[in-house]
Amino acid sequence: MLTRVVRVGRRLWTAWDADRGGTVLLVLLAGVAIAVPALNQLAPASSALHLSTYSLSLIGKYLCYAMLALALDLVWGYGGILSLGHAAFFALGGYAMGMYLMRQIGSRGVYGDPILPDFMVFLNWQKLPWFWVGFNHFWFALLVIAALPALLALLFGWFAFRSRVTGVYFSIMTQALSYALMLAFFRNDMGFGGNNGFTDFKDILGFDLHEDGTRVMLVVVTAAALAASYLACRAIVGSRAGRLFRAIRDAESRARFLGYRVESYKLWVFVFSAVLAGIAGALYVPQVGIINPGEFAPINSIEAVIWVAVGGRGTLFGAAAGAVLVNYAKTYFTGALPELWLYALGALFVLVTLFLPRGLVGLGASRRRAVQAGAAAPVIWALGSHVGVSLGSKLK
Amino acid sequence: MIRPPDLPSPGKILTLDDVTVSFDGFKALDGLTLSVDRGELRCIIGPNGAGKTTMMDVVTGKTRPDHGSAWFAEDVDLLALSEPEIAQAGIGRKFQKPTVFESLTVFENLELAIWGDKSFWKDLVARLTRAERRHIDDILDVTGLTTERAALAGTLSHGQKQWLEIGMLLMQEPELLLVDEPVAGMTPDETHRTAELLLSLAAEHSLIVVEHDMDFVRSIARRVTVLHEGRVLADGDMGRVQNDPLVVEVYLGA
Ligand SMILES: Nc1ncnc2c1ncn2[C@@H]1O[C@H](COP(=O)(O)OP(=O)(O)O)[C@@H](O)[C@H]1O
Ligand SMILES: [Mg+2]
Repeated sequence: MLTRVVRVGRRLWTAWDADRGGTVLLVLLAGVAIAVPALNQLAPASSALHLSTYSLSLIGKYLCYAMLALALDLVWGYGGILSLGHAAFFALGGYAMGMYLMRQIGSRGVYGDPILPDFMVFLNWQKLPWFWVGFNHFWFALLVIAALPALLALLFGWFAFRSRVTGVYFSIMTQALSYALMLAFFRNDMGFGGNNGFTDFKDILGFDLHEDGTRVMLVVVTAAALAASYLACRAIVGSRAGRLFRAIRDAESRARFLGYRVESYKLWVFVFSAVLAGIAGALYVPQVGIINPGEFAPINSIEAVIWVAVGGRGTLFGAAAGAVLVNYAKTYFTGALPELWLYALGALFVLVTLFLPRGLVGLGASRRRAVQAGAAAPVIWALGSHVGVSLGSKLK
Repeated sequence: MIRPPDLPSPGKILTLDDVTVSFDGFKALDGLTLSVDRGELRCIIGPNGAGKTTMMDVVTGKTRPDHGSAWFAEDVDLLALSEPEIAQAGIGRKFQKPTVFESLTVFENLELAIWGDKSFWKDLVARLTRAERRHIDDILDVTGLTTERAALAGTLSHGQKQWLEIGMLLMQEPELLLVDEPVAGMTPDETHRTAELLLSLAAEHSLIVVEHDMDFVRSIARRVTVLHEGRVLADGDMGRVQNDPLVVEVYLGA
């Protein structure tokens, strides 16, 4: 008995010692999964400990962003592939979930059509477009949530990596892809609700989305998905394939001359990362209650890059922490000084790049390796152009 | 998986015929014709810009020639293969500038150089076998990096990086090794040990060594080829080449 306890203890210690940050993340997520139901369902509404519906959706949202950050850190932090299009994968997963939720509304919509969502009735459509078929099944939606980002990443990555597109060029191409998708989804005739997107969801798998109980479950599921994603990413990074992925960033031609088809390693990690982003988006939509083309906006991808940089690139758990911290700050900032958020974000990014190249998690650790400042250039460029555009539109 | 060493059979390990590479009209290689015997240690010398590195680029698939042919052993058409395919076929290369994976440890660098089928899905679950570990330990020993095994490759000295890269080549167990300026930046002692290492490899492998350091070339060379302006200027044993008036004029005399 005692030896068993000792053995388990030793194993726990080894696990903790090998990945302290990750263990903290997993323990925190377990804490969320226990505390959130308890504080919302058990603590009386009058008590100071009670978790409001609003807080539930905030926590759920932060966890989804953390998952997006994790996905991005996998490709950027480890492979040096700076994707400025991860918001697009996130949005595609979100839209796929949204299509399921729209079809769940059924005849409870404003127009009461049992099959057609309201916006289609409004557009005088007679019949469900072919690509909406199947979304009345949850399993089908799940399939698309994973398959759609995967396919897009596979197609895009195949061309990009095979043509050896790297660095800033890759970043700009992903940004353009995301932008093109946003424009497409804005169009009414695309069949995705135009600029209004999807909203007014009723229920998921028969559970009322307006019930706190359902929202608690969604938070718990998201925490579990984030934990599973973290473990999957850690397994990839710790495998020989993951080491090769890092090696490619250091010396791509060396890897080639060792006999590795480097583009296939880049491609599969990129595809996996896109799937994670898609799942994050799918979990996000029922919790925030809306998805529209704004989710494809280039600034969203850039913000995600900043979360990762702030938290600590190439650490996984740092990226997740960065997403939560920056968004927590954003929630307060946009409440108090909404106009200044973008500037604050830009300043934060520049400060972190200059003074904390390893992010917040690098604060305590020794400076083993600094992130090349060069990687920051496309982000600053993109952020700058966005600020410029938003300024320009204000001045008009 | 450790590949059984192929017994050197008589014949050529590398045959370049009339290879021409031009960059914007400038011919880096100009009808280069060259062949290397199986098991040979060939030194290639020549002034800067003679086309030595470009020749290696052609052999390893990095650069496609405008004209000519390149054969590995009797039957492998190098111009039809990609870089990883050429590596898998049995040609290893050490770059002129030491190129290792700086953010990985010395041990991990060697692990990634293990010979074998390489695919993402296999490498996702790959584990080192005991034999492979022993092989890595041997190479660490041969390259004098045993105490550095857990160090990040980026923290090694220039000479140690050169050795690590040579170690990675050895892990790969290529039939033909292309070694571009292996002793650049090495101390005399390191240079001496490198010479011994390359000589010891020559029995089982074929080697092509490009080098500027004439003392080093003299210490290992059996047969020397002098390149100049993308062509072979002279060829033969060190004594003959050294006294060739053409060579003295363009290179050694300087
Ligand atoms: N990618 C390239 N583009 C243009 N010129 C090149 C390129 N690679 C090599 N060269 C030129 O080809 C010539 C041969 O170069 P190289 O093979 O590196 O010479 P060596 O290794 O013998 O010093 C040089 O004049 C070099 O400037
Ligand atoms: Mg050279």
